[in-house]
Amino acid sequence: MLLIHCPFCGPRNESEFTYGGPALAQRTEDPAAMSDADWVDCLTVPPNPMGWLEERWWHARGCGSWLTIRRHTVTHAIDEVRHGR
Amino acid sequence: MAAEPFRLASGGRIDRTRPLRFRFDGRDYTGYEGDTLASALLANGVRITARSFKYHRPRGIMGAGVEEPATLVELMGADASANRPATTVALTDGLVARSVNAWPSARFDLGAVNQLFGRFIPAGFYYKTFKWPDWHLYEPSIRKAAGLAAAPSVPPEGAFEARHAHADLVIAGAGPAGLMAALVAGRAGARVLIADEGSEAGGSLLSRRLTLDGTPAMGWVAAVVAELATMPNVTHLQNSTIWAYREHNLIMVHERAPQNPSLIGRNWRVRAGQVITATGAIERTMVFAGNDRPGVMLASAVQAYVNRWAVRPGSRAVVFTNNDSAYAIAADMAHAGIDVAAIVDSREVVPDHARMQVTNIPILAGQAVTAVHGHRGVRAVSVAPIRGGASRRIVCDLVAMSGGWNPAVHLYSQSRGKIVWDARLASFVPADPTQPVLAAGAANGALELGTALAEGAAKAADALAALGMAAKAVQVPLSSDTPYTIEPLWTVPAPRAGAKRFLDIQNDVTVSDIELALREGYANIEHVKRYTTGGMGIDQGKTGNVNIIGAVAERQGKTPDQIGVTTFRPPYTPVDFGAIAGRREGPVVLPYRHTPLTGWHINHGAVMYEAGARWRRPGLYPRPGEAFQDTVNREARAVREGVGIYDGSPLGTYELKGRDAGRFLDWVYTNVMSSLKAGEGRYGLMLTDDGLVLDDGVSFRLGPDRFLMSTSTGYADAVWQHMERLLQIERPDWEVRITNVTSQWMNATICGPRARDVLAGMGTDIDLSCAAFPFMSLRDGHVAGLPARVIRVSFTGELSFEVNVRPRDLPALWQAALAAGAPFGITPVGSEANHVLRVEKGFLSLGHEVDGTADPHDLGMAWVMSKTKPDFIGKRSVELRRASGKARRELVGIRPLDPMCQIPEGAPLTPAGRKETTEGFVAACVWSVVHDRWLGLALLRDGQARIGGRAHVRLPDRVIEVEICAPVFHDPKGERLRS
Repeated sequence: MLLIHCPFCGPRNESEFTYGGPALAQRTEDPAAMSDADWVDCLTVPPNPMGWLEERWWHARGCGSWLTIRRHTVTHAIDEVRHGR
Repeated sequence: MAAEPFRLASGGRIDRTRPLRFRFDGRDYTGYEGDTLASALLANGVRITARSFKYHRPRGIMGAGVEEPATLVELMGADASANRPATTVALTDGLVARSVNAWPSARFDLGAVNQLFGRFIPAGFYYKTFKWPDWHLYEPSIRKAAGLAAAPSVPPEGAFEARHAHADLVIAGAGPAGLMAALVAGRAGARVLIADEGSEAGGSLLSRRLTLDGTPAMGWVAAVVAELATMPNVTHLQNSTIWAYREHNLIMVHERAPQNPSLIGRNWRVRAGQVITATGAIERTMVFAGNDRPGVMLASAVQAYVNRWAVRPGSRAVVFTNNDSAYAIAADMAHAGIDVAAIVDSREVVPDHARMQVTNIPILAGQAVTAVHGHRGVRAVSVAPIRGGASRRIVCDLVAMSGGWNPAVHLYSQSRGKIVWDARLASFVPADPTQPVLAAGAANGALELGTALAEGAAKAADALAALGMAAKAVQVPLSSDTPYTIEPLWTVPAPRAGAKRFLDIQNDVTVSDIELALREGYANIEHVKRYTTGGMGIDQGKTGNVNIIGAVAERQGKTPDQIGVTTFRPPYTPVDFGAIAGRREGPVVLPYRHTPLTGWHINHGAVMYEAGARWRRPGLYPRPGEAFQDTVNREARAVREGVGIYDGSPLGTYELKGRDAGRFLDWVYTNVMSSLKAGEGRYGLMLTDDGLVLDDGVSFRLGPDRFLMSTSTGYADAVWQHMERLLQIERPDWEVRITNVTSQWMNATICGPRARDVLAGMGTDIDLSCAAFPFMSLRDGHVAGLPARVIRVSFTGELSFEVNVRPRDLPALWQAALAAGAPFGITPVGSEANHVLRVEKGFLSLGHEVDGTADPHDLGMAWVMSKTKPDFIGKRSVELRRASGKARRELVGIRPLDPMCQIPEGAPLTPAGRKETTEGFVAACVWSVVHDRWLGLALLRDGQARIGGRAHVRLPDRVIEVEICAPVFHDPKGERLRS
């Protein structure tokens, strides 16, 4: 049970949040300009490091904000939480 | 013969004034308050208490606490509970228990025939044997034989509860180090929670005869416990196991005996600033032939029975050790009147501080116990020099073995702290932490009492410093303990081929099994564990794991640190499911959502269904004596021919406001919404980024920057999450605000050819004519005198008005509609009839046709995708998928050739009905009230090209042939819903 420091609500249990997967690059304005391979890559090859990872969490049972969190996938340490991307 | 022939006349921490009666395997015995089931059985001389998992070998009690690998019992009656180590069951009056894995009893076990086949059941036996032709052929009988006790068949009497707490410092274990740490932190004013698994505090001191500052050590324990009790900042729990150490210092505590008669147990979730693991150490077995026979016990357990429970587990004993700790134990055994025939020490040189403790007991240095004689209990052992030579036989009925001590690093390892091999202790000890945790005492490798106490104080000071608090100086009492040294002996050579030397007693894993695994290439310790099951089970290998690592290292010519250790995972000891669930059982696990009409529906005979997202909706309203299908037909026919009414409140509804709301809808839906005029609506499909349908629904424009969006009931939350994510993460500069108004508006939907007449009869200021109020439009006004928003959408294919009002007005609106509709035979309609109506019309249903694998083309809805928009979510992926040209499962209608043949929803379609990979499935099958026959919808490979042809439904017992048709059976032009 992670303890996530929501910038609006303070330290809250993970059970208030919904996981949104690893943070991906900003969605392109023009997907048609991307090659097929690049498009498939950006949909299906999320980062999966053993170490620090930026990921999205939705404070669904709190303030409703989408947060970006930097979490260590081995130790679960969280060293940054911010609103939006 | 005395009632308890092996009970000592005096001593022990039992209350001889409070005798207790209990029953084990059908026989009655007595014990005392303070006993465990195990100590009481030993006091009564019960030697065979269990049968082993695989071979059904007779087993006795081997341990004294949570490490017990051999004797698991099933508690009966009000205490019903499965697979409890007998050593952890506190004796109560009237307790009834029986051994697991034995029938009819552990003494006479019919399964013991497995011993004859023992050599045919090696490691990996199941993997190798039951592969051909099909595992499923063997599965039922293996499942029956697998496992241990049966789960209780009725819920327990009483309740469990959850408790949440915060603490500056959580201390795991109230032994010497834990108590010392609690004293230091408590005196410093920190909020301390100390939890210990035992029935009383003291840890190892409960079973050892040691002194502190010259007086019995338990006196010091009592003084510390009394002082802690005076501190309001200290919570001290006994009978409470810290079973999990989770992320961010969340500690799970299973309290088994809360001081509340209505509670069975309590699970604490404690968020801690700092944690000290003072969990002690667990003794290892020695690995020699017959080390599982009843009468072979851990030396520390023998010491505990003698000192704590005043029980003699045998009359004449041999002690077998590779370390110093067994010498004090041998002395305690002699003190209790056990004739210790010899101490067999595998080391060539025994340190003087050990020898000095047992001046009257022969010490056989450099020797080992090579075999145990006696099948149903120890009668003698063979002892031989390690370097080789003649063996001799020593008559005894008890073997006390000590293979050395493992610091209990379980919690530390669960916290992701690193553990490393300590060659001096021949065991794994805590090293670098990843969370704010410190290990102290024996759990940190400080196996001597004096150092354990000093460490408890020092680590508490460290934890306080990390919390920004100061520790006061404390006097550490002087201990009588002696030093600990060890020379590991991982395995004793087998006296003959086939002699079983057990590494994991509970799972019947022997040295030969490990050797087989290594021969077959399972060299990694994690693979050895999984192939042999060594270290699994209820005890999780507490006495055996390090021996397995040592045995593997020995056979690979490596050191144990090169082998490494398998991962420690929660729970440390078994936890009741009930404790984890707490009060979250039955209807409160996930409460239902209700509309203001739930009471009316139930009063009118509705069978209530869950309609997704925990909404309760009427499934159907059967009349007395009416059959299911008759009810559904009656309700569906009312909508087709007259008028029906249903409670449509659960439908997800969102209001979108802001400058960019239209642009946003254009992006999340496949078609254009921004061109809608106020009061107009449009059906749309919402896709995921991989071009698959996420949801469908209708959106209306309310004003220049305001839209009303509806979603499927079950997907309302998913859609909200999707939209908020896009806005907050991808387009934070767009001005759109989303408000969930699902529960702000409740609706009654009036549908059927007479719907307009009913609405007119209710009285409204809205012009209901088709010209003024066409299909897919929205009007605000009044209905039956109530402020209302009326929407012309249709989920049934008929003329339909969704009348939205404030929730408190819904019952009045409903009554008004029923009154106005009475002349037309208005009929309340449940979700079963709605399902029939939408299938006849070919309307999609999330979870049926839209199962997360379909794109708009598959559903025959390419028309709903805008060709002019440069982008919408999912566009790129749909195009990419279409470009591949691969065959897809497509939506079709199906009509069974036999019109009276119902097809189960979800049934697979296979080519010609053969046993082959499926080519689709039946998404829905209903009795059509329009056509008076069964028909349905299916997703079928290349289905749209196959319309007019045949497909085959493959059921377990038969094949049903169906005709493939277009997925619409009623009013294909939509004239009725637009009327």
